[in-house]
Amino acid sequence: MKRKIPYILIVILLAWHSFIFAQEKVNPHRFPRPEFESGYQTPTHQLFNQRGQLWEYFDVMILVAALSVTSWLAIKKRSRRGLIWMSVFSLAYFGFYRQGCICAVGSVQNISLALFNSSYSIPLSAMLFFIIPLVFALLFGRVFCAGVCPLGAIQELTGFRHVRIHKSVEAVLAAIPFIYLGLAILFSATQSQFIICRYDPFVGIFRLNAPYTMIIFGALLLLAGIFVNRPYCRYLCPYGVLQNIFSRFSSKHLTVTPAECTNCRLCEQCCPYDAILPSDEMKDAENRKTSRKRFIVYLLLIPVMMGAGSVLLYNVAPSLTAVNSTVRLAEEIRLEKEKGIEAATKAAAGFKESGKTEEQLFAEEAAISERFRKGAVWVGAFLGLSLGAGLFGQTIRKTRTEYKPDRGRCFSCGKCFEYCPVVPSVKP
Amino acid sequence: MSKDKNKYQSRRDFVRTAGKVIVASPLLVIPAYLVRKTSVKGYVWQIDPNKCTMCGQCKTNCVLTPSASKSTHAYKMCGYCDLCGGYLRQGVKTISTGAENQMCPTGAIKRKFIEEPYFEYSIDEKLCDGCAKCVKGCVDFGNGSLYMQIRHNICVNCNECSIARTCPSNAVIRVPADTPYLERT
Repeated sequence: MKRKIPYILIVILLAWHSFIFAQEKVNPHRFPRPEFESGYQTPTHQLFNQRGQLWEYFDVMILVAALSVTSWLAIKKRSRRGLIWMSVFSLAYFGFYRQGCICAVGSVQNISLALFNSSYSIPLSAMLFFIIPLVFALLFGRVFCAGVCPLGAIQELTGFRHVRIHKSVEAVLAAIPFIYLGLAILFSATQSQFIICRYDPFVGIFRLNAPYTMIIFGALLLLAGIFVNRPYCRYLCPYGVLQNIFSRFSSKHLTVTPAECTNCRLCEQCCPYDAILPSDEMKDAENRKTSRKRFIVYLLLIPVMMGAGSVLLYNVAPSLTAVNSTVRLAEEIRLEKEKGIEAATKAAAGFKESGKTEEQLFAEEAAISERFRKGAVWVGAFLGLSLGAGLFGQTIRKTRTEYKPDRGRCFSCGKCFEYCPVVPSVKP
Repeated sequence: MSKDKNKYQSRRDFVRTAGKVIVASPLLVIPAYLVRKTSVKGYVWQIDPNKCTMCGQCKTNCVLTPSASKSTHAYKMCGYCDLCGGYLRQGVKTISTGAENQMCPTGAIKRKFIEEPYFEYSIDEKLCDGCAKCVKGCVDFGNGSLYMQIRHNICVNCNECSIARTCPSNAVIRVPADTPYLERT
């Protein structure tokens, strides 16, 4: 027994040492914290919080209130002046005070990201900002565009002249928002980019602080908007596409005349957006047989266009993947591996430090490309459907006995009110 | 003839109503589908200090100038060294507060004598532009008590943080808005 005691002591000593060693390993500090003798108290770095969460719900309340007031002004009160003041308010509150964030236009991407990615959970306020203006569009037309959207408001208040754009040019330009919306949804669903926010033209003006490209883009649009009113809303805004579709089925909508239209044609030229549909009771009815034939042909063209769109986008998808940073990084690493071009970007340096293997990276890239292909097919189908439906709409025979707004394109801005000479009959 | 016209009207009305139902359905389906994935509290962007590689892109990529991402000091981890890797440039001849010796290009780090031989370092946030040079110095030669954090009194909480878009180590992440700051461990 006595001979064993030294061994036991050594074992205890080793155990004690390893215990202390382990303790030291847990502590990562190279330099131990000093023990101060002067009674020095360790301060903490003061970090400030955002304004309270409740404020976001306050914004939602403001949104609902603003939409209600705008609907009342556009449909019941018929006051262009009131709508201008609503624009001023929205520009001041949602634009300059809330600095353009949170906005309904960008919320499309949050919805898409949440729908197609399990890892992201959407803030309730973003969801409400997406849903509520569309509900109002379904009830009262595009009142959101009229006086609540800060992007619309800034253009509404700076559109002084109105230059007519030829119908064919307008038709082509009006297709851009559909493509923009499709790509925005595709890019956010694949977690690549939020292009709507990145290329938001006016947010830099609201914040008075942005990359200079953003400011230049915004300023150019505003300059163009002096003559061609609301260029962003008409030729770019992706949320406007949804507003357009929903507004077509609205229960109530702003009207040009407060009572019965007398077909005086005074309002014919007044709309800067060419959104007043003329009365066509004078027009001779077309031969029924040819119009019916055209109706059927264009109806059948819709699925054809959807298919064509899908095929087109499916083949374009691989070149679209370049917007994804992981794909770009993988491409760079592949070039380095195969052609010996050194991957010198910071992303590549970060990747090399991260300890991820190239196989992992390439697998990720393949998964993203696959998602792009799948999504692109749907985007193509959507674009084909909208083009087909647009053309098909031309074949439907419409007989109008009054001048009325095109519900899809009308921004409910109320510019036409003052052109209508009809006085509403006073109820006894 | 008038009867025929009525029929035509009602067919068009039927199409309109059908269209309305089709269009309205996503407004009900999307919230119903996303109800479990909705967070009431919301999210903000923050830099995970353990993933950050101090590349300095926070300074140039934020939509704000100067950047909302700034250096932060975890005093508890600091060794209060005289020869501070975050405060002084490498290979300085003298340990002094001279501008030629300071790591920080904007002079945002303040040095205060506490007691022999310890100095306290604090960050003047008004001057800090988020270049992360001090953080790199501190991690390379010190305890790593300096780290980058996005300031939420400055950050405008973009939908997609433009620093996150270019961060090479994916260190910029969404965190719940009620715990907006991460700690260095």
